[in-house]
Amino acid sequence: MSATTNAAAGVSSASGTLTPVPGSAVSRFLSDGWVTTWRNLMKIIRVPEILLFSLIQPIMFVLLFTYVFGAAIDIPGDGYTSFLMAGIFAQTVVFGSTYSGSAMAQDLKDGIIDRFRTLPMSGAAVLVGRTNGDLVINALSMIVMMLTGWLVGWRVNSSFLEFLAGVGLLLLFAYAFSWVMAFLGMAVKSPEIINNASFLILFPLTFISNAFVPSENLPTPLRVFAEWNPVSALVQSARELFGNVPPGTPVGDAWTAQNPIATVLIGVVVLLLVFVPLSMRKFATLSR
Amino acid sequence: MPFIEAHGLVKTYTPKGAPVVRALDGLDLEVPQGTVAALLGPNGAGKTTTVKVLTTLIQPDAGSAVINGVDVLDDPQAIRRMIGASGQYAAVDENLTGFENLMMVGKLYHLGSKFARQRASELIELFDLTEAQNRPVKGYSGGMRRRIDLAGALVIKPPVLFLDEPTTGLDPRSRIGLWDVIESLVSDGTTVLLTTQYLEEADRLADSISVIDNGRVIAKGTADELKASVGGQRVALTVVDESDGDAVRTILAQHGHGDPVVTGGRTWVVPVDDGPAALAAIVAAASAAGIALHDAGMRRPTLDDVFLQLTGHTADETDETTEDAA
Repeated sequence: MSATTNAAAGVSSASGTLTPVPGSAVSRFLSDGWVTTWRNLMKIIRVPEILLFSLIQPIMFVLLFTYVFGAAIDIPGDGYTSFLMAGIFAQTVVFGSTYSGSAMAQDLKDGIIDRFRTLPMSGAAVLVGRTNGDLVINALSMIVMMLTGWLVGWRVNSSFLEFLAGVGLLLLFAYAFSWVMAFLGMAVKSPEIINNASFLILFPLTFISNAFVPSENLPTPLRVFAEWNPVSALVQSARELFGNVPPGTPVGDAWTAQNPIATVLIGVVVLLLVFVPLSMRKFATLSR
Repeated sequence: MPFIEAHGLVKTYTPKGAPVVRALDGLDLEVPQGTVAALLGPNGAGKTTTVKVLTTLIQPDAGSAVINGVDVLDDPQAIRRMIGASGQYAAVDENLTGFENLMMVGKLYHLGSKFARQRASELIELFDLTEAQNRPVKGYSGGMRRRIDLAGALVIKPPVLFLDEPTTGLDPRSRIGLWDVIESLVSDGTTVLLTTQYLEEADRLADSISVIDNGRVIAKGTADELKASVGGQRVALTVVDESDGDAVRTILAQHGHGDPVVTGGRTWVVPVDDGPAALAAIVAAASAAGIALHDAGMRRPTLDDVFLQLTGHTADETDETTEDAA
C-alpha cells in the first residue's frame, strides 16, 4: 500500500499512519454518538422484523383490550378506550426500552463491542447510540399506537402543548429505563436471559398498576403496590395530560398517585443518575 | 528497543465453582519494529488473553506492556490511536454493508467523514471486495468476512497490527488467500503480532515464534531455530492397515531412540541417529514382518514435533483444563 496523503483533510502523518482531524472532546463525543446511533438505526432498516413486531404488539393490545375487556369494564367518563390508551402507551414504551438490554448483550456476544473498545472512541457514545436507537423505535410505536387508538375512538381532550408533554414524558421515562436495561444487558451478557427476565419483571410491573383497570378495585396488597408503582404514575400523568381522566376520578392516597408528573420526573432523574454512570463504568471494565 | 514489549503478564480468572485459572502466568514478549511475531499454542494457552491485554481490552493482574514507548495500562487511548486489531471472531456489524463497516470504523477513528469514505473505498479495492461492498456482511462467505474484518483493522494504516487467529475456521483456499494479503502488509513495514494454532501459519508468516502453553512462553526463536532445537533426523512410516500399528511401533523403537509417536492415525515417527541407515534397516524389518507400507521416508522435524517435544501434546489437542476467556 502506498501512503495516501490528503492535504485537505490533513490526516496523514510522516509515518504514513492516518491521524485524526482536529476536534474537541465534545465534538468527538457527539460524532461518536451519532455514528453508533446511525448503526442502530441501520439495523432497524436492514432487519425490519424488529420494528414490525414491536409495532404489531401494541396494535394487538389496543384491539384486544378495547374489544375483549372494553365491554366488561365500566369506566366513568369517556369509557374504557379512553382510559386504556395511556396504559397501552406506557406498557409499550417500557417494554420497548428492554430492547437495549438484549441488543447490548447480543453486540457483546458478536464481538462488535470488542472492536469498539479497541478504537479511540468514546465508550459512553456506544451506550448513548444504543439508548437513542430505542428512543426512535419507541417514538415510531407511539405514532402507530396513537393512530390505532384514534381509529377505535380514543381522543385527546387537552391542549396541543399538554399532548406533547404527555408524549415527551412517556418517551423520557422509557429512555431512562433503557439505561437500566443496557446495564443489565452488559451484566448478564445473554440476550435470551435478558428477554425472559424482563418479561417476568415487566409483566407484573405493568399489570399491577392502573394501566388496564382502575387500581382502587384491586385487593388491598395489590392496590397499595399499584398506587406506589412508578408505572401507575406514568399512566396517570399521560391520562391527565391527554385529558382522558374525568374530573373527580379517584386516584389513591399515595403521594406518587397524587403527584404523578413529579413522580415520573423524579424517577427519570434517579434512574439516569444511577444507571448512566453505572453503565459507563461497566462498559469500561467489560471482560476484565 | 522492541516495538512491542510485555513483561511478567499475569491474568487470573475464577470461574464459578472452579479453581483459579491462570490464563497468563508471567508471560514475556518482545517484538522488534517491522517484524512479524507469532504466538503459537493450543486453545486456552493464553494467546487471546495476551492480545486482549495489548489491545487495551483487559487489564492484567500484574506485569507491564509498552507499545512504541507508550504504556498500555497508563494511556490506553493513545494505544488505540496506533493499533489495528482483528479478532478471532469477525467483529464487524452483520447488518451493515462492507463499505459501511469500514466507513464507520474510519469515523470512529475521527478521520472525518470525507476521508473515512475515501479510505473505505481504498480498502474495499485492496481486499477485492468491490462486488460485495454494498451488501450486508451477513451474506458474506467466511473468507470475505475475515477480509472485511482485517480491512477494518487497517483503516488508519496502523504501525502495529494484532491478528488473533486470523484464519481459524477457514477452508484451505481462503486461508492461503488471507496469508497472501497478510504477507503483502508486512512487507510494508507494519509490526504484526499474530496468534495461531497452525504451525504452518506461524512458519510461513512469522519472523519469530513464541511457543506458549499454560500462560507462559516455553520456547522462542525462528521456525528454523525451533526445529533445530528438537534436533536430529526422523524416520516416518505410514502403514496401509492401522492394525499393524503395534508391530511398526516395536520396530521403530528398536532402531530409533525415544518413543515412536503416531500422527494422523497411520503415520509413525521416531527420532534416529543415522537417517539413511536407520531407514534402510526399518524398511527391511517391516518387510520381513510382512507389514504393508504406504509410505516410508526421512523427515526433518516440523513445528509439530517442536510442540510435541516442548509440551507433551500436539498443538491441535485442546487443553480442557484451561480456557481462553472469551
